[in-house]
Amino acid sequence: MLHKNLEELRDKALDAVRNARDAMTLENIRVGFLGKKGELTAILKQMGSLSPEERPSIGAFANDVRAAVEGALEKASGTIAEKELIKRLADETVDVTLPGKPFHTGRRHPMQTVLDDVVKIFLGMGFTVAEGPEIETTYYCFDALNTGPDHPARDPQDTFYFDDETILRTQTSSVQIRVMEQAKPPIRIISPGKTYRKDEIDATHSAHFHQIECLAVDKGLTMGDLKGALQTMMEGLYGPDVKLRFRPHHFPYTEPSAEVDLQCFACRGEGCRMCKFEGWIEMLGSGMVHPAVLDRCGIDASVYSGFAFGVGIERLTLMRYKINDLRLLYENDMRFLKQF
Amino acid sequence: MKCSYNWLKEYVRLDGVTPKELAHALTMSGSKVETVTELGADIQNVVIGKVLAIEKHPDADRLFVCSVDVGDGTPRQIVTGADNVFAGAVIPAALDEALLPGGKKIKTGKMRGLESQGMLCSGDELGLDGHDQPDSDADGILILDDSFAVGTDAVEALMLRDTVLEFEITNNRPDCLSVIGLAREAAATLRLPFNGQTDAPRDPLQGEITQVLTVTVENDALCPRYSARVVKDITIGLSPLWMRRRLRACGVRPINNIVDITNYVMLETGQPMHAFDYAYIQDKQIVVRAARAGETLKTLDEKERALEPSMLVIADANNAVALAGVMGGAGSEITEKTRTIVFESANFNGPSVRKTALSLSMRTDSSSRFEKGLDPAMAPAAMERACKLIEELNAGTVLSGTADVQAGPTPPVTVPFTREQIEKHLGVAIPDVNELLESLGFTVKDGAVVVPSWRRDVSIWQDLAEEAARLHGYDNIPATLPPSKNQGWLTEPQKLRAQLHGLCVSLGFYEMLTYSFIGPADLDAARLTADKAKVIQNPLGEEHSIMRTALLPSFIEALSHNAAVRNPEARLYELNMIYTDEGGRLPLETRRLILGGYGGGMDFLALKGVVETLLGRFCRKEAVFARAEEPSLHPGRSASVSIGGRVLGVLGELHPSLGFPPHAAVCELDAEALIELARPDAVFASLPRFPAISRDLALICKKETPAAEIVAIICKAGGALLEDCVLFDVYEGRSIPEDSRSLAYRLTFRAPDRTLRDDEAEAAVAKILKKLQDGLGVIIRS
Repeated sequence: MLHKNLEELRDKALDAVRNARDAMTLENIRVGFLGKKGELTAILKQMGSLSPEERPSIGAFANDVRAAVEGALEKASGTIAEKELIKRLADETVDVTLPGKPFHTGRRHPMQTVLDDVVKIFLGMGFTVAEGPEIETTYYCFDALNTGPDHPARDPQDTFYFDDETILRTQTSSVQIRVMEQAKPPIRIISPGKTYRKDEIDATHSAHFHQIECLAVDKGLTMGDLKGALQTMMEGLYGPDVKLRFRPHHFPYTEPSAEVDLQCFACRGEGCRMCKFEGWIEMLGSGMVHPAVLDRCGIDASVYSGFAFGVGIERLTLMRYKINDLRLLYENDMRFLKQF
Repeated sequence: MKCSYNWLKEYVRLDGVTPKELAHALTMSGSKVETVTELGADIQNVVIGKVLAIEKHPDADRLFVCSVDVGDGTPRQIVTGADNVFAGAVIPAALDEALLPGGKKIKTGKMRGLESQGMLCSGDELGLDGHDQPDSDADGILILDDSFAVGTDAVEALMLRDTVLEFEITNNRPDCLSVIGLAREAAATLRLPFNGQTDAPRDPLQGEITQVLTVTVENDALCPRYSARVVKDITIGLSPLWMRRRLRACGVRPINNIVDITNYVMLETGQPMHAFDYAYIQDKQIVVRAARAGETLKTLDEKERALEPSMLVIADANNAVALAGVMGGAGSEITEKTRTIVFESANFNGPSVRKTALSLSMRTDSSSRFEKGLDPAMAPAAMERACKLIEELNAGTVLSGTADVQAGPTPPVTVPFTREQIEKHLGVAIPDVNELLESLGFTVKDGAVVVPSWRRDVSIWQDLAEEAARLHGYDNIPATLPPSKNQGWLTEPQKLRAQLHGLCVSLGFYEMLTYSFIGPADLDAARLTADKAKVIQNPLGEEHSIMRTALLPSFIEALSHNAAVRNPEARLYELNMIYTDEGGRLPLETRRLILGGYGGGMDFLALKGVVETLLGRFCRKEAVFARAEEPSLHPGRSASVSIGGRVLGVLGELHPSLGFPPHAAVCELDAEALIELARPDAVFASLPRFPAISRDLALICKKETPAAEIVAIICKAGGALLEDCVLFDVYEGRSIPEDSRSLAYRLTFRAPDRTLRDDEAEAAVAKILKKLQDGLGVIIRS
C-alpha cells in the first residue's frame, strides 16, 4: 500500500518537474514533495505502522523515490536557469550605438600644457623652477641686465611704468638677477611667468604675454651647451625632426648672443605663407651670459660662464597647435578651451 | 636698411655669389636679410628706340603712327596716343611680347585698323617718377637724350636692374647701416677681398675755409667731432642716373645733386651729412651749442619747433639753423638758388640725439643712426667722400681746408684675449681665429686685438668670441648637453599648485588665462573698488590700466564672453596672481584660485559641492560655509568659505543684476592659504572589521533652521558610535507645516571593536532625537 503511494508520489513529482517552466515552480515542487511538511515526509511518517520486515524495503524504496525526484529537480533547474539567463541577457540588450552618458572633466589651458612640458624637459636636465615678481624695479629688469638708462627698451612707449623705477617686467630675465644674487653656482633654473610690453594687441602681438627664462651658470659651460639645451627642449616639444638655426644677434645681457629659428613645419624650410616665405620661424633670443651681468651679481666671470635664453610661450603654443590668432589664448571661449 | 647689390659689388668682389646666396650667408653671420627684391625683373623686351618718322593716323584724330628704329634693322610701326613724340626722339619702346611693371603685357595688335608692333612707354609705365627720371611725370612718352644707344635693353640702359637686400641690423652695429659696413661683413663672411679703402683727408684745417667759416663747439660731450667744408660755384641740378638709381634702390628719393650727395654718402659710409646754404649762415659762423630757452626753429618739414636747453643745435652767429643730428632748418635749406654750401659731417652723442628726436616726435634716418653711437673718425672720411663726389659730378668747387673740431683723439681700444679662452667659451676649436678677426678690420698682435674705430661695440674678449663664432658659423658649433649632476625638482608649493590644477581639471573645469591688468569698467562690473591697486602710468588704454586685486573681474569678463557667443555652459578656473599695494617697495603678488561657471546644472549648491570636494581632497579638512554678503553676489546665495576658522574666500551665485544666465556661480579663494593648509599626505585609517548599523531619520524643522546646526547636534549627541551622517532628502510641501521642512538623514553607527547591537544604536538615536527636540524643536516625521 505504502509502496504504491510512493510510486504514485514519484510519478506525480516527476510529472510536475517535467511541466515546470521556471525556478520558482521548481522550488515549490521541491518544498511540496521533499520539504519538512512535504508529501514524501508525510508518507514516511506512516513507516511506523509497517511491520519490521517491510520497513527496510519500503525505506530503501522511499530513498530511491527521493533520489529520483531530487535528480529530476536538479536537472530541470539547470536547464531552466540557463533559459532564464538567455532571456535576461536578451531583455537587457542595449543599443550600443546610443551615446554614452556624459561625463565631464576639464582641461588645462593649451599654453599651460606647453609650459608644463617645457618644465618637465628641464627638470630632467637638472633645472629647478625659480619665481620672481612681475611688478619689478628698473634695476632688475634693465640696469642689472646691462641695459643702461639710455637704452631704447626703457622708453615709456615700450615699457609700462608705475613710477620712474617701477615697471611691469618686460622679460623674465629679471629673475636671473634675483637668482644669481641669492645662489652660488652651479645654478640651473628656468623661470616661467608673465611679461609685459606696450604692444597693441592683435593676431600676433600681445601687451601681456608669457616667457620661460632659462639660466645655467657653472664652470666650463659653453655655447655648445646652450645649443644642446635648446635642441633638447625643441625636440621635446615638437618631436625629433625639429631643425634649429642659430643666428648671431645682439642683446645687452649676453655675449655672444644668438637668435634661434625653427624650421617651418609646413614647408620644411622651402618657404611658404606660414613662415612668410623665409623657411624659418624666429622663436627666441639666447646667448652666453654677459660677464658684466655675472660680475654685478658677485659671480666671478673669469671662473664661471653661463648661458641663458628667454622664449615666448605664446609662440611655442601657436606653433604646436597651429593656432592662427594669439587673441584666442586670452578670450577663454569654451569652444576653444575644449579643443585641447 | 635697404642695400643695393650693385653698390655692394663696388666694395666686395661678389663674382659668382648670387644675391640669394649673399642674403643667406649674411643672415647666418649676423646681418639678417629680411627680403630680397629683384628690381627690373618686371620689365622685359623693352628697348631703346629712335623715332624715324611720325605721321597722323588716317582714321583717328588723336593717334600717331611712328616708324621706330629698335636697332635690329627692321623698323617697327608703333601707334601712340602721346603728342610729345617727334621724329628723332629717343624713347623706350616696348616690343611684341613685352612685359611692364604691374604685370602688363604688350602684344602686336591693331589700333583703328593699323598694326602697332608694340608701345612707346612713358616714365610712369616703366615705374619711374619725376624724381627718378626728369620729365617722367609729364604727360606723354619718356624722351631720352641722344646718349642712349638705340637697340639696347631699356632696363640696362636706364640702369633699372639691381637687387635690393633689406637688412635688419641690430642696435650695436650702426656701422652696418652702410654699404661699406655691409660689404666688409660680406667680404669677411664669404672670405672674399674687401676694397674699402677710404680717402685720407686733404689739407686739413688750412686753406681758404678759414676766411669764410669758423666753427665753434661749445659742448664737446654732445658733439665729439664737427667737420665742415665749403663748396662754392654750385650748380644745382640733377644727379647722375647711377646715383639716382642707387638712392632709389635704397629707398631714398632723389632730390638734387647736393642733397643726393649727402644721402649717397650717408648710405655708403653710414655717416649722416647735412648741407647748409652758406648765404643763410650769418656772420660766417657755425656754433654747436645748447638751444636757448624759448628758442624756436622751423625744420625742413616746415614745422615750427619749440626748443629746450637740453637739445643741441647748430647755430650761426644768432639763430639755430639745424637740430643737431636730427634735421636741418628750413631757413638754410638747399634751393635752386643756392650758390655756396657748407657741408656738415659731424658726430653727435647718441642718447642726446635720441632724447631730442623723441621729445619732438621726429625720428629721422639721421637721428636713428646717431642714437646708436657712431664712430667720430667717420666724420672726416665721409666729408672727403662727399667732396670727391662734388668734383666727380662737376657740381661745384670745393674750397681748400676743413674746419674739423674734435674733443680730442680717441685712443684705440685694445682687448687682450687668447684663442683657448674663446674656444672654451664657445665649445668649438677655431684655429683661424686671428684671420677671422683681421678680416673684420681688427689688428691682432701680442695676445690682443686693436679694435677698429667703427666697432664701438667691442670691448671684452667675449665680444671677440662672438666675432669669431659668427664668422666660423654658429651652425658649426656642435650641440652638447650641459653635464648634469642631479635631477631637477619642484618645490613643495610648486607641487601643490600642480595638484590644485589637477583637482580643478578633474572636477570638470577648464583653465582660463586672463590679463593681469583690468579697467575701471571691469571693477564696476564686479562691484569692486580700486583699493590698494597699482595703476599703470602709461597704459595701452584705460581698460588695461589697473593691476587687478582680485580675479573676479577677469572671471566676469571671460564669463561674459562665453555668454555673448551663446555657449550653453561654461566651467572655468584660474590659479593666478593678484597685486596689492601694501606700502612696500614692490606690491605683494599673491595667488588666488577662482572657479565657477553657468549652465549645465550650475548653481550655488552645485559649486559648493565642487568646492567641498576640492578642499576635502586638498586640505583633508571639512570647509565651513557661512552666509556672507558680497556686492557682486546674490545676497541669499552666497557664503564665506573657511577652514579651521581661517576664511579662504567666498562662494556664491553672481548677483542677478549682473545679467548672467541664471545661477551662474563663482568661488574665489586665497590660494596661498590653501597651499599652507594643504595636506598632501594621507594618514591611513584601518578598515572597519565589524558591521555597521544604519538608521534613516526624517526630521521636521523650521525652514530658517540651518542644516549645519542640526548636523552639529546629531554629531555631538551621536558620540563615538556615530560614524557618518548624510543628508539624503529635503522636502517641503504636503503633510509638512508651511513654515517647516523635512530633512532626511542616514546615520551610520559602528563600534570599532565589536559588532554593535541594535539596542545600542536605538539608544543613540533616541538621545539624538531628544537633543534635537530640546535644542532646535526638531521632531521626527511620523
